[in-house]
Amino acid sequence: MTAPLSSADLPVSYIGKSVPRPNARRLLAGRGQYVDDLRLPRLVHVAFLRSPHAHARLKSLDVAAALRAPGVVRVVTAKDLVGRCMPWVGTLTHFKGMKSAPQHPLVSARATWQGEPIAAVVAESRALAEDAVALIEIAWEELPPLTDMDAALAPGAAPLHAELGDNLCFGRTIDAGAVDEAFAKADCVVEESYSFARHTGVCLEPRSILANFDPADGTLTVHYSSQAPHMMKEIFARHFNLPESAVRVICTDVGGSYGIKIHVYPDDMTTVAIALLLGRPVKFIADRLESFVSDIHAREHRIAARMALAKDGTIAALTIDDVTGIGPYSTYPRTSAVEGNQVVGLAGAWYRCRNYRAQLRVAFQTKPPTTQYRAVGHPIATAVTEALVDRAAAALGLDPAELRRRNLIPDDAYPWTTASGLKFEKLSQQAALAKLLALMDYDGLRREQVALRSRGIYRGIGLACFVELTNPGPAFYGVGGAPISAQDGCTVRLDPGGSVTCATGVTEQGQGTETMVAQIVAGTLGLTLDKVRVVTGDTERTPYGGGTWASRGCGIGGEAALQGARALKANILALAGAMLQAEPAALDLAGGWVVDRAGNRRIGLDEVGRAAYFRGDTLPPGVQPELVATRHYMPRQYPFAFTNGAQASYLELDIETGFVKLLKHWVVEDCGRVVNPLLVEEQIRGGVVQGIGGALFEECIYDERGQLLNGTLADYLVPMAGEMPDIVVEHIETPTAESVLGAKGAGEAGTGGAPAAVMNAVNDALAPFKVRVTSQPISPRRVLEALGKA
Amino acid sequence: MKAPPFRYARPRTLDAALKLLADEGDGARLLAGGQSLVPALNMRLLEPALLIDINGLSELSGIAEIAGGICVGALTRHAALGASAIVARRAPLLTAAVPFIAHEAIRNRGTFGGSLAQADPAAELPACVVALDAQLEIAGPRGRRRVAARDFFKGVYETALAHDEILVAAEIPAQRGATLFLELARRQGDYAIAGLAGWAAVQQDRIAEARLVFFGTDIRAVEAKAASVALATSLDAAVAALDSDLTPVADLNASAAMKRHLAGALLRRACAAALTRAA
Amino acid sequence: MSETVTIRLTVNGAPVERTIAPRLNLVDFLRDELGLTGTHWSCEHGACGACTVRVDGAIVRGCLIFAVQLDGATVETIEGMSESGALADLQAAFHARNAVQCGFCSAGMLLTADALLRRNPAPSRDEIRTALSGNYCRCTGYHAIVDAVTEAAHQRAQRR
Repeated sequence: MTAPLSSADLPVSYIGKSVPRPNARRLLAGRGQYVDDLRLPRLVHVAFLRSPHAHARLKSLDVAAALRAPGVVRVVTAKDLVGRCMPWVGTLTHFKGMKSAPQHPLVSARATWQGEPIAAVVAESRALAEDAVALIEIAWEELPPLTDMDAALAPGAAPLHAELGDNLCFGRTIDAGAVDEAFAKADCVVEESYSFARHTGVCLEPRSILANFDPADGTLTVHYSSQAPHMMKEIFARHFNLPESAVRVICTDVGGSYGIKIHVYPDDMTTVAIALLLGRPVKFIADRLESFVSDIHAREHRIAARMALAKDGTIAALTIDDVTGIGPYSTYPRTSAVEGNQVVGLAGAWYRCRNYRAQLRVAFQTKPPTTQYRAVGHPIATAVTEALVDRAAAALGLDPAELRRRNLIPDDAYPWTTASGLKFEKLSQQAALAKLLALMDYDGLRREQVALRSRGIYRGIGLACFVELTNPGPAFYGVGGAPISAQDGCTVRLDPGGSVTCATGVTEQGQGTETMVAQIVAGTLGLTLDKVRVVTGDTERTPYGGGTWASRGCGIGGEAALQGARALKANILALAGAMLQAEPAALDLAGGWVVDRAGNRRIGLDEVGRAAYFRGDTLPPGVQPELVATRHYMPRQYPFAFTNGAQASYLELDIETGFVKLLKHWVVEDCGRVVNPLLVEEQIRGGVVQGIGGALFEECIYDERGQLLNGTLADYLVPMAGEMPDIVVEHIETPTAESVLGAKGAGEAGTGGAPAAVMNAVNDALAPFKVRVTSQPISPRRVLEALGKA
Repeated sequence: MKAPPFRYARPRTLDAALKLLADEGDGARLLAGGQSLVPALNMRLLEPALLIDINGLSELSGIAEIAGGICVGALTRHAALGASAIVARRAPLLTAAVPFIAHEAIRNRGTFGGSLAQADPAAELPACVVALDAQLEIAGPRGRRRVAARDFFKGVYETALAHDEILVAAEIPAQRGATLFLELARRQGDYAIAGLAGWAAVQQDRIAEARLVFFGTDIRAVEAKAASVALATSLDAAVAALDSDLTPVADLNASAAMKRHLAGALLRRACAAALTRAA
Repeated sequence: MSETVTIRLTVNGAPVERTIAPRLNLVDFLRDELGLTGTHWSCEHGACGACTVRVDGAIVRGCLIFAVQLDGATVETIEGMSESGALADLQAAFHARNAVQCGFCSAGMLLTADALLRRNPAPSRDEIRTALSGNYCRCTGYHAIVDAVTEAAHQRAQRR
């Protein structure tokens, strides 16, 4: 590992520059290429018959009428796929004791959630396929739904999958330090229970897949709206018994994903199976109604928590008990245990307290499968911890900011290992909080709050300190047997005209991956951005990589790009040195030229390129140009690069109606080296609003029969522009020493901290009334119920 | 979510439309703005055999001043209603309500008559026409008839329109007091959780007369008669009188008790605003 | 019931004639019949705004109109309004301000913002938020979009 970037590197590079994304222009011109935009010859379309029941035995299925319907090419049921698609099991070996039943692409005997795919109609158009779905005759025997997590985990509860014995997918306990003793001695104990409603991603581009099998050469090409093409290539090869080299996955433009499009879906696997059966291109785009019952859901938790403190506010101990419901199957290949595992791993982690006990129980239920979605576990862990801290502050008569100050890990105390075993390399918690309080004029807002209260206007200020895990190493997934890559690679090539083509294994969903990589490569090679072309998302054209998830794109993909660009630079300078009879060490790259130390232009990059590719005759003997370099990178020292931040929400609560008006939001975040502040800030803002969605608006409402009651965009409330605040974002940079670039990740921090800040602000507004709301989403109804007005 | 197949007709006259409606019977649906009908088709909640596109019927268009008020054609787009100087002058309650209807793209297609015929209990315009004592003109195979707005809305998506009738226009007397319009919705443009449409005549710092119509609370827009009478006594009495006026129904956003509570809050705020504006 | 209807309309300034099923909605017509894939569908019930296009000079939801209704109409999409330069200031402002991430909402967002600026050349931030309240964006959180529309409004004002 070479030395970290110094300030000498920065002025001539793009690192730290707010450059607009070159590849965004075409998106703004209506020239994006999403899966549904692709037209292939003989393309057919799939529509699914889905279970109308949360739990039911399939008694009979008659597709004869559907087969005769106009435009129908095929109707596929489970029996057509026997032996064609290996079922999958969503467990990983490093989650001890985890269990889950095998999942198949289509239901053969029993449906376990409303929306589970049963049969697929393949037709010349989606409309004709839907017409035929309506003609399928199906008889069900309804079985008792299992919607309630407690009922699922009660002793003697009927197991949803008999072979598993009970409904506990995974359990974990943590017991660190001396928790009981700490509670016994505490001056102050606060306890509270929280519930977080299941909600879902609602990507604007629905899940989209177009699978094409060419029987003549045995190749499967899947155009997929996905975050991880290499992982899916591996999975398709494995489960459809195809040679690895026969499978290609291509991700072009992806209309939003946030973790929704990184899991294996039975309807997608069915679509691939149909392509293999038919030998022609087959497309499935989930419509909005089916998205609500077939996209993965997230974040259904109930948590009981207690905190013990000394009267000076020092947190002495923390306990949490988390029950989370994940649907009938743990998802594949990442498992549905990670969310709850992160909750118990992360709660309280940014405070000094060493006495920590946690219990996690992950329960099966008859609702859509539930798993990782942006910020996985962090919103919950942060909301619970920060709510307890505010509650404790009130109990002790301390200002909430002051209580945090007294407990945050000091900025000079690193490296640090948390009670739950997480390793922090170096964070800036105290600095972030201080910067936040100054940025928002905390004291001024408190004064304003007091003044307005006397006029019957109730404003709330909510703080949230947090950490966010990024740049995961192989101990996250790979160690447990998942085909998930913690490393990533970048190939950088100089072309004869002096421009650079660069292929990376990390992918783009709009966060700016391509721009970030281009900035790093261009800066390293002394080129302007327009001279660098970045290729992503195609397993046939990029190095083997992990894709984009867990905020790894810049920290891992960016480092690979930096290393690859540096390696290419060395090769260029070696060749230039040979051509100029100069020492490569005395040369550098700037403005598209090979220059000497004084900055004088010696030879153009295009001339070097032409010499290498067309005029090998002019090169000295023994010189073999290699104007392409590939480097891979994986973090080795720390299992994750943790980042940190502090957020604040300022809002006004209408205590007569229960309505919340968000006035403003602030984020101070430390994601290490910032390559492009503009892109990072907008990731933060988007993440904050997504978190606000879960805090105030979003909820998949189920009745006791496991029926989704609000599965349209009219009834499921996503945040829209009218209700969202302006969001101020500031940075602190604590680079990681693990990599040369020093970047950590930034994609999820906004979502991790926002629900905590908003819930704290609501409860701060309610403080004069001595009531609290601890259920998210915090709807007007929940506020009025707390106030006893409804 | 592709609509099921249907036949399509675009009659050029009201009589032609009525004939198609009568001939097809239950299998026909009128297509005006389509902002409620087409979602239902896309979700396959409805599968009509024939869609009768009435967007070309000039008999249903236009906003005109008439003696004592205005006449608003059923095909008037929400956007046109909201932009109309005539409406702003003679029935400003409607002008105040329009910005709350969904969003601009919806308002450019959705129609005044369509909203009334749809009779969503949480919609703004049904409450407004009740508050304004509108007379609704209806055409059918048996000729024309008029129904008072207060008698038109029966229940959830249920009106006095027979299946073979078409709403032609609303005759709206000039508004008799200052506009009262308040709506509580989770997000801009959403259907109301609770809303109040009406008017108040303020004299000497008191509300002398008021028409109060709540929407989003009951199965239809409902006039709070007891509350408007009780305003003469006190605002508290009026809020209490809502118990006899309203029969709130729970939905995903609010229990019946919460809707009742919100109605009271809206009444207080609307009256306070009316008195402040008049002062 | 396989009756089809022939329509003649103008799309992005060019005459178009097609014979289609009545149930084909405008956004599917544009995408599937005319290859104009810049307009997207997402909810098919009018709530998300991704399918927003201009018909006879007004923005509408492409998922809530059937193409057969548009005989004689004039339709403008993101492609046409982009090529004509009608959206150039908004596109430049969105680009500079990173008011686009995945791009799926952008066509509808741009057309709606453009409609706002045509009727209100100097909107406040609140007015911009209200005007865009029917266009769902999951990526940006809206703040950058409000900034970009504000900037484009200034640009338009300066050019007048």
